[in-house]
Amino acid sequence: MPLELVETGQEQATEQEYLWTLNFGPQHPATHTTLRLILTLDGERVVKAVPDIGFLHSGFEKLGEDLTFNQYVTVVDRMNYISPIANEIAWFHVVEKLLGIELTPRCKYLRTIFGELMRLHDHLLNVGTSALDLGAFTPFLYAFYQRELIYDLCEYASGQRFHGSYLRVGGLLYDVDDAWIRKLREFLNGFPKAHGDIARLLSRNRIFIERMRGIGVLSKEDAINFSCSGPVARASGVVRDLRKDEPYLAYGELRDAFQVVCSDAGDCYARYLVRMEEMLESIKIIRAAVENLPGGPVNVGVEGKAVLPDKNATYRSIEALIQHFELIMTNRGYPAPVEEVYGAIESPNGELGFYLVSDGTDRPYRCRTRPPSLIHFAVFPHLVVGHQLSDVVAILGSLNIIAAELDR
Amino acid sequence: MAIGLPDSVFLAKLDPLANWCRANSLWPMPFGTACCGIELMATGASRHDIARFGAEAMRFSPRQCDLMIVAGRVVMKMLPVLQRIWLQMPEPKWCISMGACASSGGVFDTYAVVQGVDRFIPVDVYVPGCPPRPEQLLQAVIDIQDKIRETGSVRAKEFFRRTRFEGPEMVAVRPQEAIVSPGDYRTATRFWTELNIATDKLGVKTVFPELQSH
Amino acid sequence: MDHAETLQKLEQRFGTLRTSEFRDNLRIIVRPDQVAEVLRFLKEQLGFDFLVDITAVDYLHYPEAQDRFGVVWCLLNTASGERLILKTFLNEPDLTLPSACSLWRGADWMERELYDMYGIVFEGHPDLRRLLLPEAFTAFPLRKDYPLRGRGERHNFPVITRAES
Ligand code: SF4
Repeated sequence: MPLELVETGQEQATEQEYLWTLNFGPQHPATHTTLRLILTLDGERVVKAVPDIGFLHSGFEKLGEDLTFNQYVTVVDRMNYISPIANEIAWFHVVEKLLGIELTPRCKYLRTIFGELMRLHDHLLNVGTSALDLGAFTPFLYAFYQRELIYDLCEYASGQRFHGSYLRVGGLLYDVDDAWIRKLREFLNGFPKAHGDIARLLSRNRIFIERMRGIGVLSKEDAINFSCSGPVARASGVVRDLRKDEPYLAYGELRDAFQVVCSDAGDCYARYLVRMEEMLESIKIIRAAVENLPGGPVNVGVEGKAVLPDKNATYRSIEALIQHFELIMTNRGYPAPVEEVYGAIESPNGELGFYLVSDGTDRPYRCRTRPPSLIHFAVFPHLVVGHQLSDVVAILGSLNIIAAELDR
Repeated sequence: MAIGLPDSVFLAKLDPLANWCRANSLWPMPFGTACCGIELMATGASRHDIARFGAEAMRFSPRQCDLMIVAGRVVMKMLPVLQRIWLQMPEPKWCISMGACASSGGVFDTYAVVQGVDRFIPVDVYVPGCPPRPEQLLQAVIDIQDKIRETGSVRAKEFFRRTRFEGPEMVAVRPQEAIVSPGDYRTATRFWTELNIATDKLGVKTVFPELQSH
Repeated sequence: MDHAETLQKLEQRFGTLRTSEFRDNLRIIVRPDQVAEVLRFLKEQLGFDFLVDITAVDYLHYPEAQDRFGVVWCLLNTASGERLILKTFLNEPDLTLPSACSLWRGADWMERELYDMYGIVFEGHPDLRRLLLPEAFTAFPLRKDYPLRGRGERHNFPVITRAES
């Protein structure tokens, strides 16, 4: 009897000895920002991954309860900071749904253009950095140069190159002018070449493919079961894109201008390809939107009650003056319905939604974000098991985890 | 009595020589946590090219770096990590706090965000902006270089004089509120569950013997 | 979107349900003890296979609120594109709900986040720990009685001066 006990004890000991634990992050180049993984390894093979997040939890949702709808936009910007204006679009989509504001056509088109520019923004950075993590430096520089051009466009339109805070309830901060459109056209003409350069460096690159293909396969059932959306789900064969399924802004009218990019492989390489193709589709949408850009005002009129009237109107008409006063004074404001509403848009990363509860004032009572990054990162431990240590980086890159959105 | 020197030999004081070397080969440790981290990337990328100032060799391992760039907000859970990384960097070292969040908490005046890293680690240069433009960060690097040239010494004597805490006035934590000690840098990378939380709960401010003896 | 059929099937099974509608959101309000059954029925019989989000609201200062917490499940039927919101109300001290992890694996982290922020306990969850905040944190920050600027936790760290480091 004692002999047997000793034997089992030894076996357990050896079992534990050849598994080892590796701490990955929170400050690691491949996490891009801040997250932590505790990996249990068998040699080079990952047996188990335990994520530890919250290293950037800064209380966005609590802060939102303290700010008005318009003020919160500066904070929303900082959520998914590689596509800031897409967050604003999602936020105001929900706020306007709550207030029942119907936008002007010009505003819809401009928001669409910005939404698609942000998609380019996001996918460029994602493709660039995931290539960088796998050892290819040049695509990163190419991609970042294109991003700089988009930064210029944002800066020209909103005055800030990074966090534009460009949207307002019922409209935009400023209208764009012809020079901006010209700049945008220039960018559109130059982009396909840059895209081709990146694609030529990566898409048929033997090393890149070897490290991406067959890695981190997510099946269609799992993608739905794990609540994945956006490029991650579409690369697994889930044909869902809110731009087509529940058209918002001008996507209904531009329906024929673009296609939804899908793949059924579900691995890292498929996610990369989906992102690359989506960029080209975005370019098509922007082209169509610019060609059809309606004229007219960009903000809804005074009757919207929630929108700051323009300066001329403020000086000339009493209604506008009163409304200006009501909106600027801190003890005034506008009534909102005492209701709660969920709305979502297709952000570059997936379905970005807000659950907004209003108690009748111009401040949200509760503004919950549905963060695609958090939901996609929950899949990660499932994807990584059985792969090599070096594949961790590839999978992490292909899921496009943005820490500020992950933790909020 | 003058000694003729060969053409390629110069004489200089040791301090300026060391400063010259250090100033022109800064190795940044990019502690990029949030949006400012992306601007930090942009500074390193093609248009702004931080390599012009000899500071392009970003290393994520603190042991190889001498300039910490804290880019982005630092929250309760991250601060112990930051302190630990700062302590791991070899002397001489400098710190840039990039962006409103790292310098003062920025727009995030909430329960979770540390209101400026200078409350807990020493900072040499603050860069305002949300996010600062890459040009501003380049200016900060130039400022650090100036600072090194003006105050540096071979033995890093200038640091020993900075024994007083340099950040803003400490906020007094009332004992009945300070029931939570979210962590300290010595234990930050272990599992939280393994920590002996019970002892930490009561102590408001822990005293670290190894720091006192320095 | 037409919710009539879904509603009819639900009412056949569970009797009359409290519902409310705003814009295109249809909300179904159930008792906490019904939640598990309704969720299972929605997923398995009515094809709501996509869990969009789980969230909670603290109604402490809400005008005319009866209950303290509301918990919300946003569901989506990927085949038909129909959306549905399931809602229930909770009161202290009994803040427990059944976990939806066995139905949707995506529910795992969402429930952990709710536990972290509100202290709502999901029974049957495989690993209910704090998700975002440090394990040593004792409060539930998104409750309305927790101050925005915290209770001083963010200042409670050791300080390193330059000469020491
Ligand atoms: S200062 Fe602004 S840009 Fe920088 S991390 Fe903070 S919020 Fe982001």
